[in-house]
Amino acid sequence: MTSDIVTLAHGSGGRAMQEFIRRELMPICDQELGRALEDAARLPFADGWLTFTTDTFTVQPLEFPGGDIGKLAICGTINDLAMRASQPLYISLSLVIEEGLKIDTLRRLLGSIGAAARENNVAIVTGDTKVVGKGQADGLFINTAGIGKPMMEPLPGVTRAQVGDKVLINGPVGEHGIAVLVAREGLQLQTELESDCAALAGLVADMVAAGGRAIHTLRDATRGGLAAVLNEIAAASGVGIEIDESRLPQNPAVMGACEILGLEPLEVANEGKLVAVVAPDAAPQILEAMREHPLGRQSAIVGEVMEGNRVTLKTLYGTSRIVDMPSGELLPRIC
Amino acid sequence: MPTSELAAQVADIAGQLSKQTTRPMRFMEVCGTHSMAVARYRLRQLLPDNVRLISGPGCPVCVTPASEIDAAIALAKRPDVTVVTFGDMMRVPGSDGSLALARAAGGQVQVVYSPMQALELAVRRPDRHVVFIAVGFETTAPGVACAVQEAHRQQVDNFSILCSHKLIPPAMAALLESGEVAIDGFLCPGHVSTIIGTTAYEPLVRRFAIPCVVAGFEPLDIMRALAALVAQVVSGQARVENAYERAVQPEGNQKAQQLISRVFEVTAAEWRGLGVIAASGLRLREEFSHFDALKRLDIELRPVPENPACHCGEVLRGVMEPHECPAFGRACTPEHPLGPCMVSSEGSCAAAYKYR
Repeated sequence: MTSDIVTLAHGSGGRAMQEFIRRELMPICDQELGRALEDAARLPFADGWLTFTTDTFTVQPLEFPGGDIGKLAICGTINDLAMRASQPLYISLSLVIEEGLKIDTLRRLLGSIGAAARENNVAIVTGDTKVVGKGQADGLFINTAGIGKPMMEPLPGVTRAQVGDKVLINGPVGEHGIAVLVAREGLQLQTELESDCAALAGLVADMVAAGGRAIHTLRDATRGGLAAVLNEIAAASGVGIEIDESRLPQNPAVMGACEILGLEPLEVANEGKLVAVVAPDAAPQILEAMREHPLGRQSAIVGEVMEGNRVTLKTLYGTSRIVDMPSGELLPRIC
Repeated sequence: MPTSELAAQVADIAGQLSKQTTRPMRFMEVCGTHSMAVARYRLRQLLPDNVRLISGPGCPVCVTPASEIDAAIALAKRPDVTVVTFGDMMRVPGSDGSLALARAAGGQVQVVYSPMQALELAVRRPDRHVVFIAVGFETTAPGVACAVQEAHRQQVDNFSILCSHKLIPPAMAALLESGEVAIDGFLCPGHVSTIIGTTAYEPLVRRFAIPCVVAGFEPLDIMRALAALVAQVVSGQARVENAYERAVQPEGNQKAQQLISRVFEVTAAEWRGLGVIAASGLRLREEFSHFDALKRLDIELRPVPENPACHCGEVLRGVMEPHECPAFGRACTPEHPLGPCMVSSEGSCAAAYKYR
């Protein structure tokens, strides 16, 4: 069943989206600079390089425990630059506002955008505003672009994972996806779970200071979760990755909600989690630097890069299974 | 219990199993959540070679016949109707598209977590007719019964259900009756059993002398239940055992059972792959027939020829394992499914593919 119309699966971070990017978007991207499928492109500038990214944000509800669409937009853009070991400098901000959005809400969201930019020392330098009719947008859409300055060379990249490398993560997965789901659907789950929405540039700067060029790959585990990111790295680097379930940091509230809803925690979105693939010798010192940062207290070495082309998980019970690329929108089950 | 201890207990049971099983044995689970748990933890890797665990008709979306999937999609295409469903149904292929595609093409389709949310939507949107796709076994039926009863009480006129509820024990009996697949015992569904209780399997045991053990969903629960099944087979016994004592009572949840029988009556039902099974489904009682979407919106169920390339029927009967299907992972993937077993979150092909 191939569809002749776009469905939500095309934007879900999983395999359908990968297919869509490869077939429809890659042909129109620059042969040399735009085909790397990185979080941010590396572009020649003056005598050196800069990194450049863009992102669009849509979330319901606009405000959720732990964040809102404004904080999400700034942090998400910063994170895309940080994943290329870049210091975020400048951000553009475009708003598509649906007629009828309360001015109070808009002010709160703009306040949140300003605060996130200030806290992370990025300057919002240009932007655009469009208002569309009722029903033509879902409250507010935000588009950003970001420019960053690389802190090292070569940049970490999705193609650079090597057999023997260690895989690190800065905390438990799934908090953003579940917090938003609970807020959106008004689920009667008694949880104080908050989105992990956070800017990771400071954490990355500490990691770079500790590990430098030993950091081969950085990727934030947003849509499609840890499962999608690991599969992207394995495919782009031509390697296999084995994760050890017993070493994965877990948030019990996320695990419980996933069990009730029939969701796979590894596929649930994050907005403040990164995966780092690093040379084995440097892994302990990078881990230590991560744990010293407030956004990395629960960091752990969770796996290793192997020969092969698959992502596998060693379960708590000693069995082993594949961690597949998620295939579409996350849909809760019946019972 | 710390996970290391859990893992040790699971390994311990696996060790005992391989000592006890003297001949090949085949057990069937009839619960989508069991299919997923077994696949997710790759529990089959822990079983001795001569113990096989196969999946039966335990995924409610998968056993829903194509005619009812088509009816749901047809409803979603009507401009005056909002279809409300559990997420599992969204990507299930009908003869023309799916609910997800109907939504992308402009149809009103909403995913909910509880039938009451569908009723709340109907109350909020009196301008639309809200149809809840009532798919599920005994576990889901009480929630739907509750929503229908509440709609009746509040006289909500723009709410109805496409009733496709099914009952598990009659399907287990039909499988054994057909003799098509040899089974040494059933791993009985934990969630369903919380409603119907362990006594619901007694007639099955009496009639077919088949061991039945109710199991929970943690790896240790499943391994304990398998050990109980093996012990029964080895000692030549056949009885109902409860290995999910913390959740399941012998008599089940009587309040939920009363709710089901107040709103629904038992009827024959068509199962994908198994055909029509007597007394295996639920339909709305006359008093509540006003909430029957087929009647209210004048939709006729049309028989749909099965896609010959799709072997969901055989998979649901346990005569073919997902990896034995010629289409599995080739012509049939989660992105391009031929049948429901590959896309429902509880489908055995989806489980086998995702955690292969």
